[in-house]
Amino acid sequence: MTMKMAMDTGADALLPGLGDPVIDSQRVFRAVLDAMARPGTLHELPQAVAGSVGAPAPFEAATAAVVLALADQETPVWLDPSADCAAVRQHLRFHCGCPLTGNAAAAVFAVVADPGAMPPLSAFDQGSDEFPDRSTTVIVQVPALTGGAPLELAGPGIRDRVRFAPGGLPAGFRRWVADNHAGFPRGVDLILTSGARLAALPRSTRLEG
Amino acid sequence: MTSAPGYNFAYLDEQTKRMIRRAILKAVAIPGYQVPFGSREMPLPYGWGTGGIQVTAAVIGPEDRLKVIDQGADDTTNAVSIRRFFARTAGVATTERTAAATVIQTRHRIPETPLSEGQILVYQVPIPEPLRWLEPRETETRKMHALADYGAMHVKLYEDIARFGRIATTYDYPVLVNGRYLMRPSPIPKFDNPKMNMNPALQLFGAGREKRIYAVPPYTPVKSLDFEDHPFEIQSWDQACALCGGTDSFLDEVVTDDRGGRIYVCSDTHHCATRRDAVQEAAE
Repeated sequence: MTMKMAMDTGADALLPGLGDPVIDSQRVFRAVLDAMARPGTLHELPQAVAGSVGAPAPFEAATAAVVLALADQETPVWLDPSADCAAVRQHLRFHCGCPLTGNAAAAVFAVVADPGAMPPLSAFDQGSDEFPDRSTTVIVQVPALTGGAPLELAGPGIRDRVRFAPGGLPAGFRRWVADNHAGFPRGVDLILTSGARLAALPRSTRLEG
Repeated sequence: MTSAPGYNFAYLDEQTKRMIRRAILKAVAIPGYQVPFGSREMPLPYGWGTGGIQVTAAVIGPEDRLKVIDQGADDTTNAVSIRRFFARTAGVATTERTAAATVIQTRHRIPETPLSEGQILVYQVPIPEPLRWLEPRETETRKMHALADYGAMHVKLYEDIARFGRIATTYDYPVLVNGRYLMRPSPIPKFDNPKMNMNPALQLFGAGREKRIYAVPPYTPVKSLDFEDHPFEIQSWDQACALCGGTDSFLDEVVTDDRGGRIYVCSDTHHCATRRDAVQEAAE
């Protein structure tokens, strides 16, 4: 414990960001773009990125890489209580220079590291009818992207249907996703991460069955 | 992979790329909606593809293979310049083969060769707002999109029918994306409109001067507006391509002399060359 305390406050506790900020950001973005364009499909970070990116606990590689690739001084980031620790705050402040906000409804990006206790999707910025793009992108780190309660997805990016079964999500999650889609064009977009993998659930995706 | 010294990879600075990338992700999540973005000054004038170039610069990576076409042709000034721009500033591989490209930047055409999953088509867009000539105020068109109030566009198409007996719009023909947003497909001929529907590739649109980015994800319904008694139709020609003999591609009319001589040739140069090669091979 004393060791951990020392690391939390010491300058040498700072973990590295992306190994090659220019090329790695591009690769992470393409993985996210691919995921957003094909909702419910699984995408893996390139090995070079997953192996080099620093991930302060409780962040895993994909969570850390996505935030570092997309957040900066223009994007207030909200952290859920489990992610809101000194190591994460310091990491994001140093590598992204992003403001951290305690107000989920004012965040451009939100990071949930404890999905079981996550707030409903309606707690985040939904955008407006005129500017639906001004809504929160919620990054949810889950224990696994497979093996959970299956969701049957349809909509843009999906030819027929896709089965997606992320684990560790609260009982109300299915309802939240359905409501989020019902409010289209307003709504949040989800990026689900686990280890070095990620998938996306944009607001355009509807649930079948 | 070597890029010109003194430039960041793909020309744009990292903060600009992040801003554009965030806009692209929202555009994909809201198919057909125009996301405002902070368009940068580029080393070429507005109207030459600054929007498309910024989208390509934000998307492209060292593993990509880039194809650039201008009105279907790989070898016209705009296409050659943009291809060379990315070869210099990003050191990426380039190609003229549609099937070999991972990113295709286009001005005013969709390639004849069907696109596949994993490919990204980047359109250069002069005017992104489909309602702009009907309602000049941005505040009003934004409200019309919010309410999906697209009656004015139907009236415009109806007035065409009343005046000419048919819908006279032949390019930049308005489409409805996923049944929700009215979208301007950039000035592609309406011949290309059906290719946008349920296309396996990701389609991104960049308007530099107007500072808008929008997108059509793969496998998304894109419907050209029409009426039950005046269904949407694409152009057709009585002539075949004078070079490859094809009858199923979009043809350009080329004046060959000052006595009224003219020929019709494929607008998609790679498509035409591929077919000529195939015909030649069969003959040998």
